[in-house]
Amino acid sequence: MSENLIEVRGLTKKYGDFVAVNGIDFHVQKSESFGFLGPNGAGKSTTMRIIAATSQRTSGEVSVLGKDPEIQGPQIRAHLGVVPQQDNLDAQLTVSENLYIYGRYFGLPSKFIKSKINDLLEFAQLEEKRDVKVEALSGGMKRRLTIARSLVSEPDILILDEPTTGLDPQARHILWDRLFRLKEDGITLLITTHYMDEAEQLCDRLMVMDKGSIMAEGSPAALIKKYSTKEVLEVRFGSDRNAEMAPAMQQLCERIEVLPDRILLYSDDAEAVLESIVAGGNHPNTSLVRRSSLEDVFLRLTGRSLIE
Amino acid sequence: MKTSRAVAIAERRVGQPGERYYAGRARAVMERSFIAFRSSTWLIILSGFLEPVMYLFSFGYGVGKFIGDIDPGTGTMISYAAFIAPGLLATSAMNGAIYDSTWNVFFKMNESRLYHGMLATSLGPMDVALGEIGWALLRGFIYATGFTIVVAPLGLIPSWWGVLAIPSAVLIAFGFASLGMAVTSYFKSYQQMGFINIALLPIFLFSGSFYPLTVFPGWMQGVIKVFPLWHAIELIRGLTLGVVNAGMLTHVAYFLVMIICGLFFTTRRLNALFMR
Repeated sequence: MSENLIEVRGLTKKYGDFVAVNGIDFHVQKSESFGFLGPNGAGKSTTMRIIAATSQRTSGEVSVLGKDPEIQGPQIRAHLGVVPQQDNLDAQLTVSENLYIYGRYFGLPSKFIKSKINDLLEFAQLEEKRDVKVEALSGGMKRRLTIARSLVSEPDILILDEPTTGLDPQARHILWDRLFRLKEDGITLLITTHYMDEAEQLCDRLMVMDKGSIMAEGSPAALIKKYSTKEVLEVRFGSDRNAEMAPAMQQLCERIEVLPDRILLYSDDAEAVLESIVAGGNHPNTSLVRRSSLEDVFLRLTGRSLIE
Repeated sequence: MKTSRAVAIAERRVGQPGERYYAGRARAVMERSFIAFRSSTWLIILSGFLEPVMYLFSFGYGVGKFIGDIDPGTGTMISYAAFIAPGLLATSAMNGAIYDSTWNVFFKMNESRLYHGMLATSLGPMDVALGEIGWALLRGFIYATGFTIVVAPLGLIPSWWGVLAIPSAVLIAFGFASLGMAVTSYFKSYQQMGFINIALLPIFLFSGSFYPLTVFPGWMQGVIKVFPLWHAIELIRGLTLGVVNAGMLTHVAYFLVMIICGLFFTTRRLNALFMR
């Protein structure tokens, strides 16, 4: 039987009149890689902070490793590794000093930490930067160091808030590779992201959030299967004609979405749809057939695009 | 599930009162300051020490020449330098403590996000408060000790009670560091931080470092006696001149209250800021 490390019921968080998280329920199992997918302001980070015992909930029940973060904050935090959205590395210290002192914050003995630093530097691919001040590192290096830092206390759960936001594609891929290794080691990952490719790559199970509520939950493949068709046809008639063409397109497939710059036609056989458009005498400026993605799931659920 | 050593250590405080606020590891926060300090500019540290020394030579021996010996109210004549030395000793304890607990703390809170990182670990807000205040008071202690080492051979500490000036300087530095960090934690902008400097100058000039309070009218004396630096100077001057009485415990009590209030409000504020 699998073990629930995190259980959340009816979690609500308000800041004054603003409801950041609106009565959500979910659970995370041991060794699972669980993702929160949603646009900025969906309530992902707030939820993460409550689980990480650095924010107090307004109402609802939260249990992390069987403990209540509101009452047993330091005990829960002792089990967690946290990689925040905004880097908070210690800019006055070097790379290895950052790893060392973070372990000290957890109360670890100096000798114990020092014996781990080489492994952590290797994991972060920062062996050559050991004695360099953190300020001199690139964005990708800083993020890898932050992840290595969060591992110094051997956490049971690793919390990653937008781990690759602001990184270039190459740096993102290196980071994903590191996170995969952790996943293989059986560490429980909690990831927020507004990148669908990241969610598809890293998460076993996802929660799609929007405006503080859960819109859907499941594995990436199951979500796509449930909320979208196998394929999507994207056609562009030019921004002034897209809306005008929409009714005709509607006839040809299961469902359409009209975006300002293009129309998305959902069907299990997108090529056939394209053929029938052309057969009807309409010639889109450009067309593209692709597989459905989480972006389509989000669009279906909220009527909005993930990245705006 | 495996329990790592980190977990085992953090859980030593299970069920202890106040575990949400204090994990008993303020030392780790001080250790961080020490590591950062090792690579910082010694010149800046040194300048804080030199300031009161320069005041002493300029005023004590410069201006002192025109003033000659004075009676500090004890009936015994002493040199002007011996009169202002304890005032400057108290001031150096204050300066050292204020320096690290105000501007440095402000930077860490608002620019470097250092406390965000610390409070994501199993530390509590009071660990951070105590650790930072502890480090700041250490600097006050070092300045005060350095100053004593300079002035004692010059014969400016006539009484053996003067030995107690050092622990008193620690108490004073602790008080100023606590208050400094508490005030800083409520400030949000550099403009507000500027008020600290504006407030410190009159406190330094009027708290009785350079002349006895009796030169002022009664109401103004009453105002000055509210200032912490006045209590600090009275305490240390009493010790270095060997004029010791039970009334000096009032000054000690003043600083104890200051320490407790400072710690309380700093912890509360850090909790409100970083644990919302």
